This record gives sequence, C-alpha cells and structure tokens, in this order.
Amino acid sequence: MRTKALSAVLCSTALLASACGGGGPQGASGAGGLSDGKVVFGVLNDQSGAYSQLSGKNSVSAVELAIEDYKTKYGDKAVVKEFGVESVDHQNKPDVANAKAAELYDRKAVDVILDVPTSSAALKVADVAKEKKKLYFNISAATTDLTGKACNKYTFHYAYDTYMLANGTGRNTTEQGKKNWYIVYPDYAFGQDMEKSFSAAVTDAGGTIVSRDAAPFPNTSGDFSTYLLKAPTLTPKPDVLGTMQAGAELVALVKQYNEFKLRDKGVGLAVGLMFLTDIHSLTPAALAGTTYTDAWYWNYDLVNREFADRFKKVTGARPTFAHAANYSAALQYLEAVQSAGTDGSDAVVAQLEGKTVSDVFLRNGKIRAEDHRVVHDAYLAQVKQPSEVTEDWDYVKILLTIPAEKAFRAPSPDCKLS
Amino acid sequence: MVNFLQHTFNGLVGGAFLALLALGLAVIFGMLRVVNFAHGAIYMLGAFGAYVLLTEVGLDFWWALLLMPLLLALFGIAVERLLVARLARLDPLYNFLLTFGLTLILQDAVKSRYGVQSSPYDAPALLSGTVDLGAFDFPAYRVFVLVVALAVCGAVWWLLTRTRIGMVVRAATERPELSTALGIDVGRWVTPVFGFGIGLAGLAGVLAAPIRAVNPLMGADLIIVVFAVVVIGGLGSIFGSVAAGFAIGLVQAWVQALGEHWALLSQVLVFLVMAGVLLWRPAGLFGREEAPA
Repeated sequence: MRTKALSAVLCSTALLASACGGGGPQGASGAGGLSDGKVVFGVLNDQSGAYSQLSGKNSVSAVELAIEDYKTKYGDKAVVKEFGVESVDHQNKPDVANAKAAELYDRKAVDVILDVPTSSAALKVADVAKEKKKLYFNISAATTDLTGKACNKYTFHYAYDTYMLANGTGRNTTEQGKKNWYIVYPDYAFGQDMEKSFSAAVTDAGGTIVSRDAAPFPNTSGDFSTYLLKAPTLTPKPDVLGTMQAGAELVALVKQYNEFKLRDKGVGLAVGLMFLTDIHSLTPAALAGTTYTDAWYWNYDLVNREFADRFKKVTGARPTFAHAANYSAALQYLEAVQSAGTDGSDAVVAQLEGKTVSDVFLRNGKIRAEDHRVVHDAYLAQVKQPSEVTEDWDYVKILLTIPAEKAFRAPSPDCKLS
Repeated sequence: MVNFLQHTFNGLVGGAFLALLALGLAVIFGMLRVVNFAHGAIYMLGAFGAYVLLTEVGLDFWWALLLMPLLLALFGIAVERLLVARLARLDPLYNFLLTFGLTLILQDAVKSRYGVQSSPYDAPALLSGTVDLGAFDFPAYRVFVLVVALAVCGAVWWLLTRTRIGMVVRAATERPELSTALGIDVGRWVTPVFGFGIGLAGLAGVLAAPIRAVNPLMGADLIIVVFAVVVIGGLGSIFGSVAAGFAIGLVQAWVQALGEHWALLSQVLVFLVMAGVLLWRPAGLFGREEAPA
C-alpha cells in the first residue's frame, strides 16, 4: 500500500511521468512502435509432467503457425516484422510459474504470456501480469477465478473454464434423464472448483448429487478402486459417476471403472475434463460412449481439419483444443497489435476488449470487455464406439453445439477490472 | 458388512503392490546396505516393458509377466556389477545418490521416447471378468494380483527360512561381518540378491500395467510411500516390509472409504504412522537395532 502511494506521488511529478506509464519498461506504450522492435511470445506451460502432452512443446508449434499466418496475411504491411518465442517449463508449480513469468516479462522482453495450465499456477501468473502491466492469455487452466475475483486488466481467459465444462456435461447429461450423480474429484483447487460447478449445474437441471468423494491428489498409488467399489452400493444408486480427475489420474480411473464393470451395473461415466490426448492414450474402446464437453474438435469441419493437418505436419499429432486456442490467441494478439500499431499493453487491450472474432478456434467468439472472458461455441462430445473409428485420432462425435452465449457464465460481480 | 469386506479385500490388493515393492527394497537393503531409490523407476520399466513387448514385439501379458522380471533382474545384476559394487566401500550415501541419478536417467529416457501421456494396456482376456467371492463379486484381475503377490511373498519366506541359500542370506543380512568371519562367502550372494530385488519391482510393474496408468512417472510418486512402508516394517526386515505393505494398503482403503474429507488423511496416514513408529521403535516394527560396529 505504502509503496503504491509513494509511486503515485512520484508519477505525478512531470519529470518522471514517462517512466511510470502503462507500458513496458522501455516506455513503449505511448505513441506507437514496438518495444525492442519486435513481439516476443512467452509460452509458459508444463513441458515434462502430466499436462505436457495436451499443451507442452506443441503449444509452441501452434504459436509459430500463428506467426506464419500473420506474416502471410499482412506481408509488407505487417506492423510486426520480428518475432520471438520463449518457452519455459513451469512444472505445474505455482512458485515456479510466478518466478518464470516475472523473468519472461522483465528479462526476456516478452510482450504476452500464453498457455499456463494448472489453475494455481495460472492465478499466480495473473498477479504478475497485473503488476508488470503486460498481457497474459490463459489457455489451459480451468478456474473461473481468472475472470472472477482474480481478474485484471491484462489477463484474458481464452479457451474454457470449469463453468463451461460443468454446464455442458452436467446439465445435458442430467436433462437426458441421468439424474442421480456420484462425483469423485481430486482434492485441490481445480477439483474442488469443478465439483462445485458440476453440483450446481446438475442440481439446477433437476438432478441430485447422491454422494461425493474427494480423492487424494496427487494420488500416489494411482488407485481409485475404493470409489468404484462404493458407487453401486450407494442409495439411491447413481445413474452416472462424474469424474473430475485429469491426465494420468483420469486414465487410471477409467481403466478401473471398466475393470469394476460399472457400466454393466448401470452406472454411466461422465468426464469433467478430457483432452484428445487422453482418449488417444486410453484408446476409444475404454471410453466408448462417455460424454464430455469439448472447447474445439479438430475434425469438426474442414477449416479445423486444415489447421489440424498443418499442425500434424509439424508435430506428428493432432491438436488438442488447447493447441488450437494457443494458435488463436497468438493470432488475435498480433491482429490487435496490427490495428493498434503498437505493442503497448494498454493500446492492445483497448483493441481486444469487446471485439467479436471468428477464427479456426473461436466460433461466434467475443472478447468480453466486462471480465475478459473470451466466449465462443462449445461442444457436447461423445467418444465413438471402436467400430466407428475409421481414422487415427478421430475418436469423437459432436452431439450438439452449445452456443457461445449459453456456454459461459455471465460476467461475475466479483470481477473488477480496473 | 459386505461393504467392509469389499474394502478390506480391496485394501489387500493395494497392499500387494506395496508389499512386493517393499520386499525387494528390504532384501536389497539387508544384503547390500543400499537404499535403492531406483526401485520406483524399475517398477515403471516393468509396466512399460509390458507395453513395449505388446506393441513392438507382439508378446502378450503372460509373456511379459515371465520375461520382464527376468530381463530387469539381469539389468539389476549389470547395474550392481558395473556401478553399485564400485561404491560399496564408500559411505552408503554415494549409492543412494547413484540410484537417484539412475532414476532420473531411466525416467527421462522413457519420457523422451514415449512422452508422459499414459500408454494403453489391457488386462488379459482370461482375467477381464469378475469372480464370485461369495459375499460379493470382484474383478478377476485383482484377485489374480493378490494371489501372485501372496505366492511370491510365501516363496521368498520359504526360500529364506527353509533353504541353505536362505540361511546364508539371512546370516549375511543380520551380521555381515560375523558371517564373513565364519567363512561364509557373503560377496557371492550380493549380486544375485540385488538382481532378485530388482526383478520383484519389475514383477510389480507388470502386474500394475493393466489397472494403473502406464507412464514414465508412475513409480516416482509411489516410491516415497514404499520407503515409508519399509521404514515402518523395519529397514532390512523382510517379514516386516511385507506385513507393513499389506497393513498400509488395508488402512488406506478403510480410511478412503469413510467419506468425502478423509482423502487427505489416507494420503498422509502412511507418513503419520511412520513418524509414530520411528518415535516408538526407531528400528521399525520388526527391525532390530544395528549392532554397534
């Protein structure tokens, strides 16, 4: 508090005004031009752990594709001529994310940080972005706090959040007649947030939460059998087991769900958060019939497929929605810089706020000015039966499109941007 | 009551993995005084090996169950001869660091080849159903895991208590200097015992492949719990490590079944028990104070 007051006093003196502006340390935010003469992206994510396949190094490739497309589109008229991409492993640790984000902004001249899976780490980076007055597009973290009490002027939440997942899967499954739910969630910020969102969506749609269990996180033994044994013995018997586990824990839980034959015992499976890479590793056979909410699917239409083909050429894999969203965020950032004629943070934010956008990832997209939630169409997806899978990586059919205005929550009163 | 029996049985299955891993650690520590940090990585290699045998060689689960423990035991023997033996005369800390380094190398080698995403692996068709245990049904594969683990632990117990080899190993474990002084060639048994312990970890890994997520980090989290189990049982105590393995598996299953907010406790429980046991009996439940050198 005291330092804030002090800096305000200093800033009010005309001499120092230029050093206290909204932009970068070089004061590039003012009249125009680029700080350091180029735009540098900082891809901060998990590059060795549980989330390194769904985002990881391939997110960097996605950003590079966006740079390529920007160059092709604007050619000689491009405001940005030079580009840099810094990529850092935050190991899913909030403290590491915090330190690395500050380092990216301060010492690597990064203009915008992208990706950042793991909610706890994502929230730390939002604080850094706010303090340094630099842009931050969160892609891979799910917490609604990014557009709630932790929202700020420089942070945008791009791809999805727990509300989108819960509303899509929880509401639609309940409305289809599976009213009794048993929820198992990992006992940390993401899981707790997911459990709350799902419970609210299910109850709101007329369903009941029969029971809920917090599983240890990280689950050192990789065993979920206790909950799977318990599920069919509950009264009333749950119609559906809702799992909020992610990554390797989801893989273990689904394996054991099949092992305990819960589908045969009348307990269906709904997955809170699932990525294409999870289905690939579990095989569609293990998940056949499971419903979940997807923010984007690579084989949804020809536009997506074309992007997926380019992505595969570079990475050897099909893109998850997180990869597509990284591409889209990098592209929209460059578009905003192009329109603003500068990479000064405040000018770019002004370009982005309230903008309606459509690209490969964003369908009916809009960057909400109120809370910086990027809203777009979402999809209720179902894993295909093995007999329906005709192409590698094409594991899902889209049951319905959830329109952008219904897919995300209304701006939260907790969010005060300025 | 039926629920309680189910959770009890399930706890024994969870304990079976802990027991197999702890048993391997215990025999290695007993014979070599090496705390083998690489045990978790070997468990991972067992599971991954099963996956690789299936996808790249076309050998199914039963072959993996036979081959992987043998291959890994050979790997263990090579590691002991080439690396561990060279540091045997130094402070035990050096071998601990060696095995820690080995863990990082093995994990990252697998990671760079297969990525961190879990690899698919199914239970063999023969065991994919359920078994009627009277009061309740249980997945056949889990019953199989428990039977194998009990059989292996029983066989090791028989080997150690009823055979001449076992007698030598026990003598060497409990009083290495005295055994040497009595003319027993302790050194001869060091390498095979190390290989055997490693083979057990490999076996646990193959058994885990069909029901747990097969990825390079699967052993990294588990090994910490297994160390706690070994400490509870008593470092180097073979019976203690097996008993503690099953006991921790049971208690974890019971606590987890209690309800929503017991998860955290079930996770820290093993360490609470460890701290308690260390305060009460520093050598572990079945361990013996080291004779002063």
